[in-house]
Amino acid sequence: MKDPVLRISNLQKSYGGRRVLDGVQFDVSAGEFTVVLGPTGAGKTTLLRTIAGLETPDAGNIIMNGADALSLPPAARDVALVFQNFSLYPGKTVRANLEFPLRAPERGLGESDIKDRVAKAASMLHIERLLDRPARQLSGGEMQRVAIGRAIVRRPSLFLMDEPLTNLDAKLREELRVELRELARGLGAPVLWVTHDPSEALSMADRIIVLIAGRILQIGAPENVYFAPASPEVARQLGSPPINLISAVASGDLWRCADGTPICNIKHPAPASALLGIRPEHIAPTGGESPATVEVVENMGPTRVVVARFGSVVLHLLTSRDFSARPGDIIFPRVDGGKIIVWSA
Amino acid sequence: MSFIQIRALEKTWPDGTAAVRRFDLDIAAGEFTVLLGPSGCGKTTTLRMIAGLETPTSGKILLNGADVTHLPPSRRDVGFVFQFYALYPHMSVAENIAFPLACTGVARAERIAAVAEIAERLCISNLLNRRPRELPGGDQQRVALARAMIRKPAVWLMDEPLGTLDAELRAQLCEFIRARQIEARVATIYVTHDQDEAMRLADRVIVMNAGEILQIGAPSEMYLRPSSIFTARFVGSPGMNLIEGEVISNGGARAFAPRGGNIKLIIPNMNFAGPAWLGVRPEGVRCGMGATASGDLAGRIAVDAFAGSARFYHIDCAFGRVVARHDPGGRGAAGESVYLTFDPASICIFNAADGRRVS
Repeated sequence: MKDPVLRISNLQKSYGGRRVLDGVQFDVSAGEFTVVLGPTGAGKTTLLRTIAGLETPDAGNIIMNGADALSLPPAARDVALVFQNFSLYPGKTVRANLEFPLRAPERGLGESDIKDRVAKAASMLHIERLLDRPARQLSGGEMQRVAIGRAIVRRPSLFLMDEPLTNLDAKLREELRVELRELARGLGAPVLWVTHDPSEALSMADRIIVLIAGRILQIGAPENVYFAPASPEVARQLGSPPINLISAVASGDLWRCADGTPICNIKHPAPASALLGIRPEHIAPTGGESPATVEVVENMGPTRVVVARFGSVVLHLLTSRDFSARPGDIIFPRVDGGKIIVWSA
Repeated sequence: MSFIQIRALEKTWPDGTAAVRRFDLDIAAGEFTVLLGPSGCGKTTTLRMIAGLETPTSGKILLNGADVTHLPPSRRDVGFVFQFYALYPHMSVAENIAFPLACTGVARAERIAAVAEIAERLCISNLLNRRPRELPGGDQQRVALARAMIRKPAVWLMDEPLGTLDAELRAQLCEFIRARQIEARVATIYVTHDQDEAMRLADRVIVMNAGEILQIGAPSEMYLRPSSIFTARFVGSPGMNLIEGEVISNGGARAFAPRGGNIKLIIPNMNFAGPAWLGVRPEGVRCGMGATASGDLAGRIAVDAFAGSARFYHIDCAFGRVVARHDPGGRGAAGESVYLTFDPASICIFNAADGRRVS
């Protein structure tokens, strides 16, 4: 079997007594698009900077293409890092910005090689018409395209992307997600992409690594992490609106809230008390037995989010846009017992 | 008479650039209005003029019948929330939150009760004795929201208050803002570039581009009946599919013929003819797969994007890229052949000449 492009084992890093990376361990294989998802402060950026050689870990190993990377200086690691803040030379043209990393003497590239690489990257990113403009005249979205272009021209064996879309408008972010995901297939090198945006992770990743407080809580395909989260903590990271987490007790063949309100049937052998994870799309707004009072209705286009008080808990439902309700209405939510996630309490 | 009246508001920068043009808007008491548009569309400048932080070049702003166009911010009775929280560093969290009440002479016992209540709803009860700088950014923004929304001024003005927060917190605070606004019935103007936030929060959305209002309407109207190509594309995530072509006569009826596609789609009840764009929402695109699949148009899946409660197939066909919304269990993979059918009820036609919707 081929060696993975990147193998990280037992990575540890602390700053002033605070553990930022705690036993981080994973592989990245050729052609794979891996997304590290975690909230602010999870250690995502430190992880990328450590792989790039900008930080030194306290312990652990980083193997790239079968060789120890930790002993190499950043310039020799053959990775390209793209930052959240577009780091371009404002006075230079886009072309000069793209050529810059290629003109390093140790690369030994000829003029025609450089021209060829810049032309190819510019065409992939649709920035040919910008090549002769100074970087400072570009919009945020254009700057980030150029910044990604600067990584592409280098043809590294691994791309490291640190929230490259975070500073862009929502609409542009949505468009670039699809475009960059497609483009990544043609890069010939795997991408390690860091984000705090769950939609980005779900839509782009071959594999999601959930990182919280310096530890990996789950690694899996997007569908796997979404439908079978390893813990409530992971479940809360993914999904809009967020998953309902409800403390419940088993009584007969029913799950009930702490106040006795019945939630749904118990479908599988169950512990006496549990935390239930219920995705908002797995609750129908009608057909249940217990009433709930609608508090907020949000319009999402094809769907609606209904926030309703159900006994002592607040439920989020995702309904079709054909379901109409107003604050104050009484509804009878029906939870699909076959689709809930059960964690022993 | 509307609670807020904005008449012919304009702002031109010293270099001659028009930031806001011909802005007219009426806002009812208790209404939640969202100004939605891309960076540079003039939404923040408009909000700042309403706040009194920017002087209009011309036009009028009336608040509850009184002309406030030239009043300083402090005399307009507005509460602000900005993307970057400005908390008083020398005060505790509790003192920060209580500050607007203290300024208006609310009694101490009442202040303490109000702070406790709002802090509980924002899950910051345990932080009340801390200083702002000891808190992470997300908690600081909770405190800023509590401080802004503890009092009921005439108007709340919010400029991307959830901009840089993590998704989980953003969803939580979005809900808090809406629930608090519904109970307080304070007229609210909220600025964002995120159509998702706009759809979720607004009673009415004002879509802006290049300094002008393009459309005013309820979120569902904006979504189902966009008045222009711009709104069609900007509202919705992903936006409306838009296919270039022409509306032609087809026997007694009209049909849409996409450019580069060898098909015709019958469009009922239509008078328009000529160059046009056909718009259809991703959920109006049915996607047939497998050996027995059929449909009007053949295509190939280019990107399969999972979204949790749904799945979006980005499909290449003879006339470009079309996005279809599918249930999350769909098994289509990139490279697979599919057949598309457009739900006739969800088709919009836009005049190619001016981008306006004609049906």
